[in-house]
Amino acid sequence: MKPSLLQQSRRSNSFRGSTPLDSSPDGGGATKSPAAIFWLVLHGLCCLVSLVLGFRFSRLIFFLLFSTSTNSNTGLYQTSPFRTVADIAENLAFSTSLPSLDSSPANRTSGVSSSGVVVGRHGILIRPWPHPNPEEVMKAHRIIERVQREQRAQYGVKSPRTVIVVTPTYVRTFQTLHLTGVMHSLMNVPYDLVWIVVEAGGVTNETASLITKSGLRTIHIGCEERMPLSWEDRHRMEARMRLRALRVVSEKKLDGAVMFADDSNMHSMELFDEIQKVKWIGAVSVGILAHSGHSDEDLSAVRNEGDESNSPVPIQGPACNSSDQLVGWHTFNSLPYVGRSANYVGDRATVLPRKLEWAGFVLNSRLVWKEAVDKPDWVKDLDMVARDEANVESPLSLLKDSSVVEPLGSCGRKVLLWWLRVEARADSKFPSGWIIDPPLEVTVPARHTPWPDAPPELPTSEKVTSIKESSEKRSTKTRTHRSRRGSRSKRKHEARSVDAHVSERHSHEN
Amino acid sequence: MRNWRWVFTMLLYVGVVLKIGALELGRAQQTERISGSAGDVLEDDPVGRLKVFVYELPSKYNKKILQKDPRCLTHMFAAEIYMHRFLLSSPVRTLNPEEADWFYTPVYTTCDLTPNGLPLPFKSPRMMRSAIQLISSNWPYWNRTEGADHFFIVPHDFGACFHYLEEKAIERGILHLLQRATLVQTFGQRNHVCLKDGSITVPPYAPPQKMQSHLIPPNTPRSIFVYFRGLFYDVGNDPEGGYYARGARAAVWENFKDNPLFDISTEHPTTYYEDMQRAIFCLCPLGWAPWSPRLVEAVIFGCIPVIIADDIVLPFADAIPWEDIGVFVAEKDVSNLDTILTSINPEVILRKQRLLANPSMKQAMLFPQPAQPGDAFHQILNGLARKLPHDRSVYLKRGEKVLNWTRGPVGDQKPW
Repeated sequence: MKPSLLQQSRRSNSFRGSTPLDSSPDGGGATKSPAAIFWLVLHGLCCLVSLVLGFRFSRLIFFLLFSTSTNSNTGLYQTSPFRTVADIAENLAFSTSLPSLDSSPANRTSGVSSSGVVVGRHGILIRPWPHPNPEEVMKAHRIIERVQREQRAQYGVKSPRTVIVVTPTYVRTFQTLHLTGVMHSLMNVPYDLVWIVVEAGGVTNETASLITKSGLRTIHIGCEERMPLSWEDRHRMEARMRLRALRVVSEKKLDGAVMFADDSNMHSMELFDEIQKVKWIGAVSVGILAHSGHSDEDLSAVRNEGDESNSPVPIQGPACNSSDQLVGWHTFNSLPYVGRSANYVGDRATVLPRKLEWAGFVLNSRLVWKEAVDKPDWVKDLDMVARDEANVESPLSLLKDSSVVEPLGSCGRKVLLWWLRVEARADSKFPSGWIIDPPLEVTVPARHTPWPDAPPELPTSEKVTSIKESSEKRSTKTRTHRSRRGSRSKRKHEARSVDAHVSERHSHEN
Repeated sequence: MRNWRWVFTMLLYVGVVLKIGALELGRAQQTERISGSAGDVLEDDPVGRLKVFVYELPSKYNKKILQKDPRCLTHMFAAEIYMHRFLLSSPVRTLNPEEADWFYTPVYTTCDLTPNGLPLPFKSPRMMRSAIQLISSNWPYWNRTEGADHFFIVPHDFGACFHYLEEKAIERGILHLLQRATLVQTFGQRNHVCLKDGSITVPPYAPPQKMQSHLIPPNTPRSIFVYFRGLFYDVGNDPEGGYYARGARAAVWENFKDNPLFDISTEHPTTYYEDMQRAIFCLCPLGWAPWSPRLVEAVIFGCIPVIIADDIVLPFADAIPWEDIGVFVAEKDVSNLDTILTSINPEVILRKQRLLANPSMKQAMLFPQPAQPGDAFHQILNGLARKLPHDRSVYLKRGEKVLNWTRGPVGDQKPW
């Protein structure tokens, strides 16, 4: 095997003693026959030729001359004294006395005992254009895709359910930013998807054009009410929008797992795999990224107040005991932020989440259907809940008994999504659809690239310097101009001093 | 009439139950049965089908060599040592040589290692001769058949030719004294001097625990199209290229070094086994010898082996249908490797992966300690059992001699 041959170079010396050198004393040490001299001269000539031409000319000639004449019964290797002299003279590392056959078919005397595969040096076959062919690359990717699909079918979730995503949104500066993020996450989900986008302020073209770019199956619903300014009202409005979406799920009898993807949240792909495991209603851990527009003052104040109780990263989600059963909930500790939280959208203070965010819950869509086979009895009817819309804070309001919630993500230990609220001021302006039309007016003109011969124009320098200096400068400028073009040797001395003068002045001005 | 109806309903019931059972099995397994040219022989049990007698050689032939260099237990030629240990405690072993079908000589010929860990084969012929002289003089069974019912394990590069250079190995040929014995070796190439008719080709040793400890979850998607790690040019021994691997590895490099589908390089990554499990095809080109542990690794990790070695004989070729499992590429077609691999039908690729996923396939490539049913040890015994019963002609008549004890290079005649 290949590693055993690494020793060859070390052992080759002992081998040289046994085979090739045996013949060389005969060739060189004995009386210098004219044949030997002739061959030496010829070999030297061939070396010169190969030096010029750049390849193993001498060896080729030898093989072509001698390969047909000498043929031992094993058919594959020959020993000729000339070749060994050539070997030694060319300082090869090979210890074998065997020829290097270029694949000349004349030598393929495959007898009974020898194999059909020729031993010896072979050419390295390189095709004329040894670069990737784009069609084949595409074919290979299709193969990879097929293999991965098969892998998912075998080892992934069996019979995956449709994912029904509910997103409340409205047109504002940051809408494109947030919605594009959610859209790209959803486009990567390997399961069937239905995206229900509920928009406050009615259906608009901007949102519609954005979500159609995804290529997903979307249901775009509009709520006539506009999104209110204060965060309190906004949370309530969003809850109403989500209930509206659930009503659509119930009417259309959509089957699958319902999850709530707020447009500013970030979701990991593992979340969608975990969702498939839900039976009726599940909860995942949500990482809360409560930040503020202020710099450090707010943070340090928060830290001072609640050093011991504050966990390093606030998480909202199910709390389990050691036997992986739901015993309670981790919620966001909003006490340190009392009085300092944001009141209206675009406020620079910290935006706080609710006690339990909708985003952390996953429902089986059959829970909201009017009639479903084996719908459990601990779920309230959606219409009855919707009547009391103002008090619905989280999907737990749909349940009579909140202990039936299944903790997902290895019992809440894995954080699968992050909650974040970043908004610009409500009156901030942004180009509609983020398309700049008509083009902006020019506010800063571009400068022309200076030619190497022309001196750089500095509009300020002329004003700063006095008339005398400016005239001097003008003369020096022309001098340098000429010096670069003309005889350098003559004007070099002057040019150097002038150059130094000019550059000094420039640096001074700069 | 009533009987007929009962029979009919019973048949219907049985049919329904069987169908459900088969459906369930189908969904759970997703593997295919391996039926080689000899039938479903991978799962055969050799116990009871043959008896092996193990010669008691002085420890200088086996234990002392191993004591001198324990690295012999982990390199790719370790099969000879583990086979000896397996036979000592196996139920096929018999202590009564009269009832034995096969005779085993435990001589570790591939355990004379250089400081780098590579075995030197220069003393191996003498060691083998010395062992055979011992068994022929102390027991009558060798002379009875001149070795026709004896088997030897010679896992070196070119088997019983005992050399690492192919030309030298061809020149030497198989050790003359082993002419009538059965050889269990890793080397296999059709129409080659060093592959005797009737030899059993086995996989090289690969450490089973090490490979098991690097398994990754099977739902990790396979995203590498072609994977290879190893040398393309052996600059120490073949600086110009063209000798090493008959130029095939160099051709792979020159043609595909800038191809994004081919993850090939000479690095030694620590995630080598994990990467193989993320690849669809693993290249197994020849090196100085046509066989390689890469084949074993590819089978264990479910990567389809792409075998680039003309006329190679793969392990257990009569029991494993390698044509259905791997992809064979002729050395002259290496420059079109990407066309060849991308033009394979995806259904064919999935079928190959299902065959590779069969646990009996993986088990047959391994030498686990302690031995498990269906592993390489048992496949070797199966192969030996398939050669039974011995032909009457192997038993020589009184006074008849076939072997010439003085044949071979002069250096081999020296005592060891």
